[in-house]
Amino acid sequence: MKARIHITLKNGVLDPQGKAIQQALAGLAFDGVEDVRQGKFIEIELTESDADTARVQVSDMCEKLLANTVIENYDIEIVA
Amino acid sequence: MPVAVIVFPGSNCDRDVAVALETATGRAPAMVWHQESALPACDLIVVPGGFSYGDYLRSGAMAAHSPIMRAVIERANTGTPVLGICNGFQILAEAGLLPGILMRNASLKFVCRDVDLRVERADTVFTGAYAQGEILRVPVAHHDGNYFADAETLQRLEDGGQVAFRYCDTGGNVTPEANPNGSINNIAGILNADGNVLGMMPHPERLADPLLGGIDGAPMFDALAEAIAA
Amino acid sequence: MSKTEPRPDDLMGLSDGEYDTILDILGRTPNFTELGIFSVMWSEHCSYKSSKKWLKTLPIDGPQVIQGPGENAGVVDIGDGQAVIFKIESHNHPSFIEPYQGAATGVGGILRDVFTMGARPVANLNALRFGSPDHPKTRHLVGGVVAGIGGYGNCIGVPTVGGEVNFDPSYNGNILVNAMTVGIAPTDKIFYSAAAGVGLPVVYVGSKTGRDGIHGATMASAEFADDSEEKRPTVQVGDPFTEKLLLEACLELMATDAIVAIQDMGAAGLTSSSVEMASKGDVGIALDLDQVPRRETGMTAYELMLSESQERMLMVLKPGREDMARTIFEKWELDFAVIGMTNDSGQLTLLEDGASTADIPVAPLVAAAPEYDRPWTATPPRPVINASDVPAPDDLGDVLMALIGGPELCSRRWVWEQYDHMVMGDTVVRPGGDAALVRVHGTGKGLAMSTDCSPRYVLANPVEGGRQAVAEAWRNVTAVGATPLAVTNNLNFGNPERPEIMGQLVGAVQGMGEACLALACPVVSGNVSLYNETNGSAILPTPVIGCVGVMGDVAKAVTAEFKAAGETIFVIGETQGWLGCSLYQRHMSGEATGAPPPVDLDIERKNGDLVRQLIADGALTACHDVSDGGLAVAIAEMAIAGGLGAEIDVSPVIPAHAWAFGEDQGRYVVTTTGPETVAAAAAKAGVPARAIGQTTAATLTLPGTRPISVAELEALHESWLPDYMAAR
Repeated sequence: MKARIHITLKNGVLDPQGKAIQQALAGLAFDGVEDVRQGKFIEIELTESDADTARVQVSDMCEKLLANTVIENYDIEIVA
Repeated sequence: MPVAVIVFPGSNCDRDVAVALETATGRAPAMVWHQESALPACDLIVVPGGFSYGDYLRSGAMAAHSPIMRAVIERANTGTPVLGICNGFQILAEAGLLPGILMRNASLKFVCRDVDLRVERADTVFTGAYAQGEILRVPVAHHDGNYFADAETLQRLEDGGQVAFRYCDTGGNVTPEANPNGSINNIAGILNADGNVLGMMPHPERLADPLLGGIDGAPMFDALAEAIAA
Repeated sequence: MSKTEPRPDDLMGLSDGEYDTILDILGRTPNFTELGIFSVMWSEHCSYKSSKKWLKTLPIDGPQVIQGPGENAGVVDIGDGQAVIFKIESHNHPSFIEPYQGAATGVGGILRDVFTMGARPVANLNALRFGSPDHPKTRHLVGGVVAGIGGYGNCIGVPTVGGEVNFDPSYNGNILVNAMTVGIAPTDKIFYSAAAGVGLPVVYVGSKTGRDGIHGATMASAEFADDSEEKRPTVQVGDPFTEKLLLEACLELMATDAIVAIQDMGAAGLTSSSVEMASKGDVGIALDLDQVPRRETGMTAYELMLSESQERMLMVLKPGREDMARTIFEKWELDFAVIGMTNDSGQLTLLEDGASTADIPVAPLVAAAPEYDRPWTATPPRPVINASDVPAPDDLGDVLMALIGGPELCSRRWVWEQYDHMVMGDTVVRPGGDAALVRVHGTGKGLAMSTDCSPRYVLANPVEGGRQAVAEAWRNVTAVGATPLAVTNNLNFGNPERPEIMGQLVGAVQGMGEACLALACPVVSGNVSLYNETNGSAILPTPVIGCVGVMGDVAKAVTAEFKAAGETIFVIGETQGWLGCSLYQRHMSGEATGAPPPVDLDIERKNGDLVRQLIADGALTACHDVSDGGLAVAIAEMAIAGGLGAEIDVSPVIPAHAWAFGEDQGRYVVTTTGPETVAAAAAKAGVPARAIGQTTAATLTLPGTRPISVAELEALHESWLPDYMAAR
């Protein structure tokens, strides 16, 4: 079973890298980019075959290590 | 009593801080590998700078979960002074010993230069040899030194006098221009509520030798040496 | 086997003649893997086939030299049972294609060259050359290269203390990234690459092998066409964290007596490292490729042998020490695998699934590597330009401000503040001055180091330019008070198959050799990077010199900035006002023409020896060498760095602009509180030393100029590069 985790900065936390990307896009004449937020994408292969148990496991991983919940949100997708 | 310096894979200021500690205390600190589960007898724990685990994932995140950190947290909670410098600060924040987090510098660039710091608390075991409001010149060298805490935490830090150092100009004014990394309220170092854990981005150990261009960092190690000798 | 048999369509960069030699060596047709091995071993990058004939003419000996060129890095005695180990190496092509990773892995590679020999790296330097600031790619390349160098060096915890950054349109399509590492080792614990002895285990340590950078060595030996961006997949990715672990693990194992030989897997990876060890040790090596740790599945023998995955080492151990060594590497969480054995066959034998997949005699693979005596034509001499024929400016001060606030001479602070230049706690003189000075840990001694080259001089006159590169590096090391010991060189040129380019190389090597001999500073290591051309347009000839010197007491070191007002300023050395090929001339007329300033090596040495003696005697408060931009720029740099001014009071017999901006060689600007001492010592040494004025509080006054605010100069000097990088 595979888990895909998206980690993003919480709303309101300044994202200087996202801001830089936005400016770079504007520099390349991509108009109409209102906001850019950048984050991390992590893919984990699990031996667990039950989706609910897997989600609990991965959620624990996010809380303990993968995300810092002071500034980051995470979103888990379990793929069979 | 000896001092313990925690060494992680990727630590690289461990030797520098050991030199400063040995100069101040007259004896070499114990270098403790991160995979140890127990600390030697010690009255001061130092978590040095560097790039533990390559700063991969987030600076300090993986080191914060090393076996030795359980022992460090335990000792911190029972009052042993713990000093985290640079990556050490990032690790202490990730380990929950200090509030907030160090984010990517606002410039997005690594910055290595001398900065001026205003001493906001001169009544701690770390800062007792400085005067309140004294201005120190010490270097920073980091990519992720942009201190952030949510509004409530920040209020608590400010109200509780937990800000130990702020970036300032040569006249001691806390200005945006004097802020090398975008830290909120120009925060360069913070204490825990009990005042026995200090995390700071600047490197006092790097200017503790006149041949290297300054000694403003030395009083911190002298104060600690005196405190643990007592 | 017959030379008339059909040849492979792709000879992997080998010439028809080279392919014939392979047929002779093997007595049969090479298979794909074998052809790949010959191809990388005989590439320009690994074999130095175009330059070897000339490199052999360089002076490489001296009483201080423990190991000259031919090993991973040069080794020089610094006394007290310690040696300095250093080398410079290019990573030009990869850095152009992917600036961050190209530069980062360049740093990683040169660090490994130095710690492979048993040294702990103590400093990095980088000589960087970019295209015109106006070129659309330049900003991106500068940003990426600087971030990559910092990203690697900062993480591994070795201070980056010096180097150069220059811009010229000739580098538009071929930037230069030359990385130098300096390390220190005990003289009785230096490790070499000769795998002497048979029946010894061959051990692979470090990262796993992937398909990174396959044929990087041959890429580094080819000219660029416009499609080079499609070569992106061959660029390696650096992992400084793993390198830090590898460094610590290697040094830990080196403290034991387990290692017979060690070699890093750099260009041409497992191929060149195993061939090198076998050849130097005069043994055969059999490698079982099934044992090579790998990151990807389905890798062929060809890919395993040519991969340039980073952070890997090959070692030959004493028999029975494998377990002890394994324990150390596993503690540092690194791969460790016994992948082969030395034998007396004289062959490099590769086994896959138990069967031989390549079998090449080592001696001819190395000895028969092609060596070319490429045709060359000497660069025609240029006329000497009279200073009076170079127009005077309307205002000398305006020219000074334009030069010091322009791309060529502006402050490089934006660059070196992104490098951790203080980690390891021994950086006594930080970047921004002449040479950096790094204390030998735990002692009062120091190592001074600098990289230098003035490519426009080399273009004008390769011999003179080659001399000047050595002389300037020697001068920079002298200017802090150190005694230069030896140099490393990085010869960056265009396509050597063009006689005029080959002539530049020949001339530059001749000039370097002369200077190294006269200044008692032999070449102990180096690297050659050729084919730096795009669509037939070559870079300026850029033979970079990295010089290392030693000083007994770092407390006596002198830096460039003015220390206090009211001190006497001297110029050491003769000022004749040479404006040919100068920055002033280029600023006024748009190009640097005529002959470059000549370097008189006897005078150079005499002047430098005096300066070094004055510093040792404590007679100087500041010292700065005079180079690009001449006296006016040197004085302005000292003023800006110290936040002080100067009142220069001379009435030169030569035109004022020639006095101010002439680039005569062998000169230093110094300050002193004891002018009589300086004058007397100079008179005794027979060296021209002229008091030209006093340091002051805040303004700079040169002959024929209005007083210029030093704060204003500083603002100009500091703002060009950050403003340029912030623009889009």
